[in-house]
Amino acid sequence: MEKRVTFRGWLLPLLLIAPQVVISAVFFFYPAAQAIWQSLFIPDPFGLSSQFVGLGNFEFLLSDKFYRASFVTTAIFSTLVTLCSMIPALFLAVIADRLIKGSGVYRTLLIWPYAVAPAVAGVLWLFMFNTRVGVVSWYLSQLGYDWNHVLNGTEAMGLVVVASAWGRISYNFLFFFAALQSVPKSVIEAAAIDGAHFWRRFFTIVLPLLSPTAFFLLVVNVVYAFFETFGVIHTITGGGPQQATTILVYKVFSDGFVGQDLGSSSAQSVILLIVVGLLTVIQFKYVEKRVHY
Amino acid sequence: MTKNLLGALAVTTVLSPVAALAQTEVQFWHAFTGRLGELVTAQVEEFNASQSDYVVVESHKGNYSETLNAGIAAFRASEQPHILMVFEVGTATMMSAAGAVRPVYEVMAESGASFDPDAYIGSVKGYYTTTDGDMLSLPFNSSTPVLWVNRDAMTAAGVDPDTDLSTWENVGVVLDQLKAGGEECPLVTAWQSWIHLENFSAYHDVPFASQDNGFAGLDTELMLNGPAQVAHLTAMGDWAKDGKFIYTGRRNEGGANFRAGECALFTESSAGYAGISSEAEFEFDVRPLPYWEAVTSEPQNTIIGGASLWVMEGHEADEYKGVGEFLSFLSSSDVQAAWHQNTGYLPITAEAGDATRAAGFYDDNPGTDIAVIQMTAKEPTANSKGLRLGSFDQIRGIIDEELEAVWSGDKTAQEAMDSAKERGDALLRRFESANQ
Repeated sequence: MEKRVTFRGWLLPLLLIAPQVVISAVFFFYPAAQAIWQSLFIPDPFGLSSQFVGLGNFEFLLSDKFYRASFVTTAIFSTLVTLCSMIPALFLAVIADRLIKGSGVYRTLLIWPYAVAPAVAGVLWLFMFNTRVGVVSWYLSQLGYDWNHVLNGTEAMGLVVVASAWGRISYNFLFFFAALQSVPKSVIEAAAIDGAHFWRRFFTIVLPLLSPTAFFLLVVNVVYAFFETFGVIHTITGGGPQQATTILVYKVFSDGFVGQDLGSSSAQSVILLIVVGLLTVIQFKYVEKRVHY
Repeated sequence: MTKNLLGALAVTTVLSPVAALAQTEVQFWHAFTGRLGELVTAQVEEFNASQSDYVVVESHKGNYSETLNAGIAAFRASEQPHILMVFEVGTATMMSAAGAVRPVYEVMAESGASFDPDAYIGSVKGYYTTTDGDMLSLPFNSSTPVLWVNRDAMTAAGVDPDTDLSTWENVGVVLDQLKAGGEECPLVTAWQSWIHLENFSAYHDVPFASQDNGFAGLDTELMLNGPAQVAHLTAMGDWAKDGKFIYTGRRNEGGANFRAGECALFTESSAGYAGISSEAEFEFDVRPLPYWEAVTSEPQNTIIGGASLWVMEGHEADEYKGVGEFLSFLSSSDVQAAWHQNTGYLPITAEAGDATRAAGFYDDNPGTDIAVIQMTAKEPTANSKGLRLGSFDQIRGIIDEELEAVWSGDKTAQEAMDSAKERGDALLRRFESANQ
């Protein structure tokens, strides 16, 4: 039986949701409406004049092959960042969960990178892989590998993915670790008595029980990869070489705030809004069906 | 956090001259930090101490792009400074904003401050004047590319360090010798688009864009895919393939390699002087930028990079008088000569250059006058007056991408420049329609 609490009257429930509605209106609906409106114009940077172009900005964008390529780049980038931040996090959480002594120390150390701001993380990784003074690139050259993310798009992509995923592993670790703690011991013990070894227990019992957490992290990490990795890309590659690391949100920034092209920038925000909306619908419609609560 | 800190700093800098209430305040936003920032502060303090009617308040607003953005955002919020530093790439953006900026020649005329437009070096001034010769913004820091030579590296590779490097043909031969002599980084560059396309075009008197490089109108198209440019980039691409030209990045990353003594030749701004002279532990030389003898028997002038000061609209008349006084102070011979000697930036007036020569600075620091000579030896032509293209920051980004494709061997120089033209022209058309 489902338990339902009902309110008498309208005032209290309205009051209770009012703060959330106001916040959404001010920080989401209003700016989103502004972006949609502005995407129909080509304004000059100073806001002195603007020209109505209808869907001209969208036409301009979609006829740009680099913009279309940026969708693929974004898809590759966010998939890699999500995988590279979730799989190691899950692995570390499982290991830390098995520890009897000193798990507190490991836990603390593993959470630290989350405190590093994306732009700072970007600079840290850039230093390690700097083609001239970088420690890692020096070791690579000793092994006979010539690291040059300045010219090599694949290497640049690898570097921004690692730098973006690194701090995120801590965040995911925290959630996986908490979820692991809440897996009922009795179920695992029963399976152990039946003769299931560790990895079998993990894949048939623990993983399905972790699926709500994993789904939550999937959504959060994809959003992270889409929107918050901007600082890392800005500090490491600036979107290059040859736009190999220009993801959609980075292009919004560089066209709007470097290029002063606010019309195109707004149109890109609108497209991004649609893309993320679609992604969320897909995630909830298809992926969530496979989640057991 | 950083924002709060900057905000707090901004507030304190704004509040500090409260004691002098009778004075008119002039806000000056610039993009300089470190040594250059200190020198700007010193200039402002000197001006403030020299008179009692006006107080100039300087604040640092980030790098060039950030400063321009801060100025634009402030204008939209009606909180713009009186004086905004804008890098040369943003010139067309500022010029098209007729209601947002007040041309310097008007400010000077109204303020009654002493101002002689003819005192400024033609090729510096030309970048910031209309086709009618009216000065729109005051050149502040201007530099031009030159060739830096690590003499020790040349000797180590068995090449005579006094070899003639005035043409790219000669440089090509020297690069072969350097490579054969075991030099791992024969040539490196900074600011590739600025040096190897924009300046290259001016220096060889070929157009970079139609409509006199954008000076004559907004309906301009890029012409950087001409035979001269393509030939140069093809040679550079071949050198890159053979490991004779090492690519290090879009900005001045190569400077670190050169200053550490790792590279033999380095094409970089004349303003690299301060860094190189203080860090280099080897004998170095400054040479004029090389030219292709096959294209021209005698090179034109190079063009400038750097920033100028724009006066923003929307302030009181007496404040503009203060702006005029300050700009006139900045252009004075003593201030300019000191600035030129301290930074390696060009003097913006001929008088400041003469004063520097008379003081014996060029004799004590050989090569520091090469940039001045290179800029002033010839009267600028329509191809060498400068560039005035909208969305130029983005276009440079496109050029950088296409050049990277040449260095990595993904595209031929012709393919890359054709693509750069196509993509750049699309942005120029957008800029044209935004500013009709």
